[in-house]
Amino acid sequence: MRLEGELRIPSGCAIAAVISRVGKRMSGEAVTEAMKPMHDRSNGLGGGFAGYGIYPEYKELYALHMFFDKRDTRKSCEMFLKERFEIVKSELIPTRKMPEIKDEPIIWRYFVAPLKSVVSSLQTDEKEFVARTVMKINSEMNGAFVFSSGKNMGAFKAVGFPEDVGRFYRLEEYEGYSWAAHGRYPTNTPGWWGGAHPFTLLDFSVVHNGEISSYDANRRFIEMFGYKCTLKTDTEVITYIMDYLVRVQGLNLEEAASVIAAPFWSTISAKKDPEEKEKYTYLRTVFPSLLITGPFSIILGFNGGLMALNDRLKLRSMVIGEKDDKVFIASEEAAIRAMEPDAENIWAPSGGEPVIVRVKDGAY
Amino acid sequence: MGVEFIYPEFEVIRNESRCIACRVCERQCANEVHYFCPETGLMMSDESKCVDCQRCVSLCPTRALKIVKSDCSLRENANWKSDTIKEIYKQASSGGVLLSSMGSPKEMPVYWDKLLINASQVTNPSIDPLREPMETKVFLGKKPERIERDEKGRIKCELTPQLELSLPVMFSAMSYGSISYNAHESLARAATASGTYYNTGEGGLHKDFYCYGPHTIVQVASGRFGVHEEYLNAGAAIEIKIGQGAKPGIGGHLPGTKIVGDVSATRMIPEGTDAISPAPHHDIYSIEDLRQLVYSLKEATGYRKPVIVKVAAVHNISAIASGIARSGADIIAIDGFRGGTGAAPTRIRDNVGIPIELALAAVDQRLRDEGIRNNVSLVVGGSIRSASDVVKAVALGADACYIATAALLALGCHLCRTCQTGKCNWGIATQRPDLVKRLNPDIGSERLINLMTAWKHEIKELMGGMGINSIEALRGNRLMLRGVGLTEKELSILGVAHAGE
Repeated sequence: MRLEGELRIPSGCAIAAVISRVGKRMSGEAVTEAMKPMHDRSNGLGGGFAGYGIYPEYKELYALHMFFDKRDTRKSCEMFLKERFEIVKSELIPTRKMPEIKDEPIIWRYFVAPLKSVVSSLQTDEKEFVARTVMKINSEMNGAFVFSSGKNMGAFKAVGFPEDVGRFYRLEEYEGYSWAAHGRYPTNTPGWWGGAHPFTLLDFSVVHNGEISSYDANRRFIEMFGYKCTLKTDTEVITYIMDYLVRVQGLNLEEAASVIAAPFWSTISAKKDPEEKEKYTYLRTVFPSLLITGPFSIILGFNGGLMALNDRLKLRSMVIGEKDDKVFIASEEAAIRAMEPDAENIWAPSGGEPVIVRVKDGAY
Repeated sequence: MGVEFIYPEFEVIRNESRCIACRVCERQCANEVHYFCPETGLMMSDESKCVDCQRCVSLCPTRALKIVKSDCSLRENANWKSDTIKEIYKQASSGGVLLSSMGSPKEMPVYWDKLLINASQVTNPSIDPLREPMETKVFLGKKPERIERDEKGRIKCELTPQLELSLPVMFSAMSYGSISYNAHESLARAATASGTYYNTGEGGLHKDFYCYGPHTIVQVASGRFGVHEEYLNAGAAIEIKIGQGAKPGIGGHLPGTKIVGDVSATRMIPEGTDAISPAPHHDIYSIEDLRQLVYSLKEATGYRKPVIVKVAAVHNISAIASGIARSGADIIAIDGFRGGTGAAPTRIRDNVGIPIELALAAVDQRLRDEGIRNNVSLVVGGSIRSASDVVKAVALGADACYIATAALLALGCHLCRTCQTGKCNWGIATQRPDLVKRLNPDIGSERLINLMTAWKHEIKELMGGMGINSIEALRGNRLMLRGVGLTEKELSILGVAHAGE
């Protein structure tokens, strides 16, 4: 049987997230609980989480979370990393042995700082350097896979039901100001853990529910700019698109959202403000191949916030609720209620309407 | 007669019990096949002149006529087909180069017919274009590599000139001279009404049609017929024609008999002289020369018009396209070897060039490998026959398609492939006033608009089935295609998986 990455596997899914607008840190337990009422939206073939603010003691370092198939792979990969980074800390990611999660690879994390001399000799900046290194490992190094590479954040994912994956990674022992979770319903057996969500690059993480019909148009475009879609999943390509638009092209999140879930031409031409009309026309004309069609609801995590976005026809459910400093996002209201029974202002954003929640400045 | 005698290819079958000798067929046939015999009171025919254009069949009020392929045949031979033998007879008697019109009728692989389109089932929804918005608008032209902002942080929204198409289909180049005034008017009006473009071809632009300039692509070919500053500025874009799918590597020859009246004025050459386009542009012997012509044309038009470079699909088309993409061109048009023509040497038409599907797939991939796909738009032609061909071309990576034969069919062409005679009974490929007037531009343009409307509906249906609601998300989306009956090599060039994979 072929592994995920060698073939494309569509999936249905459940997503949930929580963020504290004042930067109050919370354990990963609540978001794990949120996945329980949505159990039937997953089929036990993938679950995962992303937490932000979880590594305050290493916040200046890139946290590389990695899967290795065997010890030798890890050793040789480590040699490669040492040529490029100062490895400040290197350890097994703590997990809990449990019958629900089997066949785990070697799950490791490194806290690293890029070697300045290498970065400058490549005439690039630090983030680009890290991103390229991740691409290189994931596309060229058999048996090694970087599944998280941001600062003060981390992804945790496995083949299993999400609520079990949360316990497996002992998420109750981490504290973060925002968390996103994902339960997967792939229509094929992934074969390994890389294809579970979230998918991440640098500080961006994406959890996604849907199956995009624009996949190959998006993939073939984004691969022109050094990205390599090794897993053939929607989430992977969406993550790279956001990285390209925001980090490389310097768009803000609203602008990036208007590229991937572009307003219809009829909506653009009906806009009253000529400056807005010009801008949206421009962005659609310049980035036509980054329009994402087909159903999706995504939660994009970044340092200091979350963005929720639906496809422009709203073909996937997604609701948002609030309570005090917290904002909750989930595929179903039940998940929000599991995190906060008294959640208020529950609403469903329209298709293509980005909902951006930020932690106030200085609080993360 | 004698050795070079070739029995007529077609037979005129006239049902005597239906024929009322109204002589419509006689009046309609510019080839003079039909005549009235006063002695017998019967209609007669000289089938040796018949080209099977079906004009008489279509207009016979009593349905008394049909044209059938003659069954008088040479002895069957798998190696020496009768066409081949007859061509030898013709050449042995004339000493000339064989001429043909329209696209090659030979059996050649049509990859469109070996590609199948995807549809959504269960895991994501198909979209009903009658109930949901479905977008087919396309912008052709160079896209900037970097977003830039002004001092206030606002995005600078300046773009190099673009062509806006309401659907990814344009009418391909056909010159005034090779086709009639009324055919040009029909195309111009239909392009305007359908939100797309037609192309003047290399014969200049008739003064009457300057009003359709915003939907006109003006062509500059090696003969430079009818090219002047006003002409260049009249259109929405300028196309440099390097080559044509039906006759790569050679020029053109419009016989003096067609250079009459307005055709001569529009081409800016004397009446009755042959219009000969040289094989190459004599100011383009290399890629750097092309760059100079591109920028000369841009200078002449104040950088307000995108420049298209049209080439025939030949063996090293990817390298050629890559060179063009770096030459300042905004759009590359590639014409496949099944493309049509008003007249071309038969041997060239049937043996030179490569299929558009393979050329398109190779060029799109090459430009992506080099990271410059966004620098240019890709337009493909050379036998796009239907909305599904358009959808497949877009999925392989085209921004838009050029159609010409399909447009002529909409105008009444019956593909008899004798354009070179100038006696088109349908008023399309002729300059004879009595024939030209048979094509009514009111009706012609309406039929072209209908065709565009129908194709747009079909494109939307196919897109909706795939769960795609904007044509942008289809472009280069090769996962939406599967091949059937193709070899590994063909699949790898096309960049698609086999059905079942």
